[in-house]
Amino acid sequence: MDGQRDSSSERRLQSAAVFKAFLSKNSTKSNTNLYDHLTRLLLKVIDEQPHNAVDVIEDLSYAVKQDLFEDRQSNLRDLPQTTAAELLAEKQRLLFTQQEDAEQEDELAETPLPNVSEIGFYLEQAGVGMGREELQRVFLALKQLVESQPVIQRCRLWGKILGTQSNYIVAEAECKEWEDEEEEKIGDEAAEEEEREAETREGDENEIDPLPQSTYKPPPLVPKEAMGTGANKFVYYVCKEPGLPWVKLPSVSPAQITVARQIRKFFSGRLDSPVNSYPPFPGNEGNYLRAQIARISAGTQVSPQGFFQTGEEEGDEEDEAPRDSYDVNPDFEGISVAEMVESLSTWVHHIQHILQQGRCTWVNLAVKREEDQNEDGEAEETEEEPDEPEQEVGPPLLTPLSQDAEIFNTPPWTTKMSSTLTSQHAAAVLRSNLWPGAYAYACGKKFENIYVGWGLKDVGEGYSPPLPPLPQKEYPSGPEITEAQDPSVEEEQVLEEALDEQEAEQEELDDTDEGELLDDD
Amino acid sequence: MDSQTLYFSLELVAGSGHILNIEQRTALQTSLMILRKNYKFGRVLFWGKILGLKEDYFIAQGRGEDELKDKKNLYSFNCMDWFLLPPATNCLINEVSKAARGRFIGDPSHVYERVLRIHLEDDEEHEEVVKVSEENRLAVTIHWIDEEASVVPRGAFIKNPHGIVQMNRSFCGLSDSEARKLDSFLHFREPRNQKESILGMCELNQTIDFLDVLSDDIPKGSWSLQFECARKVCVLRSLLWLGLTFYHVPVTPHNGYIYIGNGYRNLDLNFML
Repeated sequence: MDGQRDSSSERRLQSAAVFKAFLSKNSTKSNTNLYDHLTRLLLKVIDEQPHNAVDVIEDLSYAVKQDLFEDRQSNLRDLPQTTAAELLAEKQRLLFTQQEDAEQEDELAETPLPNVSEIGFYLEQAGVGMGREELQRVFLALKQLVESQPVIQRCRLWGKILGTQSNYIVAEAECKEWEDEEEEKIGDEAAEEEEREAETREGDENEIDPLPQSTYKPPPLVPKEAMGTGANKFVYYVCKEPGLPWVKLPSVSPAQITVARQIRKFFSGRLDSPVNSYPPFPGNEGNYLRAQIARISAGTQVSPQGFFQTGEEEGDEEDEAPRDSYDVNPDFEGISVAEMVESLSTWVHHIQHILQQGRCTWVNLAVKREEDQNEDGEAEETEEEPDEPEQEVGPPLLTPLSQDAEIFNTPPWTTKMSSTLTSQHAAAVLRSNLWPGAYAYACGKKFENIYVGWGLKDVGEGYSPPLPPLPQKEYPSGPEITEAQDPSVEEEQVLEEALDEQEAEQEELDDTDEGELLDDD
Repeated sequence: MDSQTLYFSLELVAGSGHILNIEQRTALQTSLMILRKNYKFGRVLFWGKILGLKEDYFIAQGRGEDELKDKKNLYSFNCMDWFLLPPATNCLINEVSKAARGRFIGDPSHVYERVLRIHLEDDEEHEEVVKVSEENRLAVTIHWIDEEASVVPRGAFIKNPHGIVQMNRSFCGLSDSEARKLDSFLHFREPRNQKESILGMCELNQTIDFLDVLSDDIPKGSWSLQFECARKVCVLRSLLWLGLTFYHVPVTPHNGYIYIGNGYRNLDLNFML
């Protein structure tokens, strides 16, 4: 019996030894064996003692193998790599440096910088913003902008526009004096283009058979509004990330606003990228951004009624032209928050409405065209004079929001109290439903507007792009260009005979005529 | 996003413009804790907010043992009192897609009504009136958003041998370079797409790669991937559901998504890219 038991336990030991040998067989690929691996794995479990170790044993095993691999790689030196975050941190460091200016006291008296921390506080109450830390960085960047651009008289955080690749932070500034560089530049370009056209025309004349010229005449261009008025009342600066340089946006032209109303595109985040759209947008993304900013401002910048007042002194004479200026009302007492939440008529627009023409003040294009014709001296009688177009009139400045039109059965504004539990200290919050992302708050005498969103208007059921114009009419089809079947030989012969007969008759007639004439003589 | 990490994660998605004010945040901290206890959820997520014309819906999502299948959605107006939403069945989805139009009102009992005219073959017109309540619409909308735009980083969830989807406890975050690529992010829904080839499959890990990859979405470019918060946090925004923001801090397990928006799909996406 003993011998049998011995032999069975021996056999078992032997098989264990065989299995151990199997376990410690090195893998041909990684040159490790399972025995060592299990030892290491169990050592790791003993070391770390993870909770519910059996559930994560696969991952532990994986980690053990990875460690082995990394160990072998460690004789390679680390590649120094600067990440984007490090680069940005280096740039943002400049925001936190303190400038030691002697004139600081003077600046304290009247600084173009808004009270940033207060605005941040109220925005958080209202449930909008970009995060506390980010807001702080943005405000430091605003400070940087104001310091670098001494022409800025007043500056404000307008908001943020999200893009697919990066976002734009937008600052609105009022300047002391307006630069006219751009206008000149554009004028030069136009002149150059004309010259170029003239050259090509000359070239055409030299050829024997000139190519046909297009008779298409573009509709007259609506002139741009001057800096400091209408849609170009403010200058806008954008930056991608606080700390990166601010870029001044070009002024907006009516054509850009008109096209921006018809298209619906995401911003990419690069100012110089083209806007691929139908109808084609005149300009690049910077221009598109500026046009959208103008539209959003006109639609959603609001203030409590009575905060601003229009200059009443120069009363009735100027009634025809819409007023575009207002002053801060020194007697404004503030409207109670409950009232501001209750009724939309306590809020007013303080930015001019942009007309269908793409301008805030209407210009009569028909008059201008006549002048052009006189200058050109070329009479174009064929064109009928268009009827005197009716003057477009937008709602006057400081119109209450209660007069805003309802679009797609949605009220354009939603009001709310920032806090329901402590309503006596809450702020009134206004949200635009037409421009998702546009908010305004008011609390006592303080108010602010901000826009954080994609820069797109709500279009209700869905956007339908404008159709391309109808194709041009073909040449009018008449008998002279209609195709006909060639006559057969028989038909030709019949025709010839008929012609001959006619001729013969004619001759006979002539003869008789002559005879008669002779008779008369 | 997980209610446990709400105090810092809301700050990371604030770049989209919407934040919760301090009153709502503190209310959520209290009420979600009670919610978890009462409904016996494994964990509770603050899912987001749907903006209505009169009131906004705050949405919370309770998750059970299987994170993918055991989901329950609740809504609230004041962040304290929560109401359970019905599950989105196929029949409900059909009704909602037919009847519901326009913006959310903010009244769960509001009934959307729509008369559908169906032309039958023999020139007869058949009128069908579809009615659906806003509560049901809300349930379906949340279901749609979860189906089409909920995101998790690759490896954050595993399917265990019993087929149950759970959080991966040993997930320690994507690396910086992985977080730059859209194919390290997965749709957190029942997988729909067939893996294209065996060759493509051999590199995948069955326990991790059981979900669909974002980079397969149609149209291409329906996601915006950026690095925000001083370029330290990876932020994904859905362009199909404007308002959905996902964050992940690389090399840490922190991730989550939130939806704050109007609650409708961006049908114009194809014109806008």
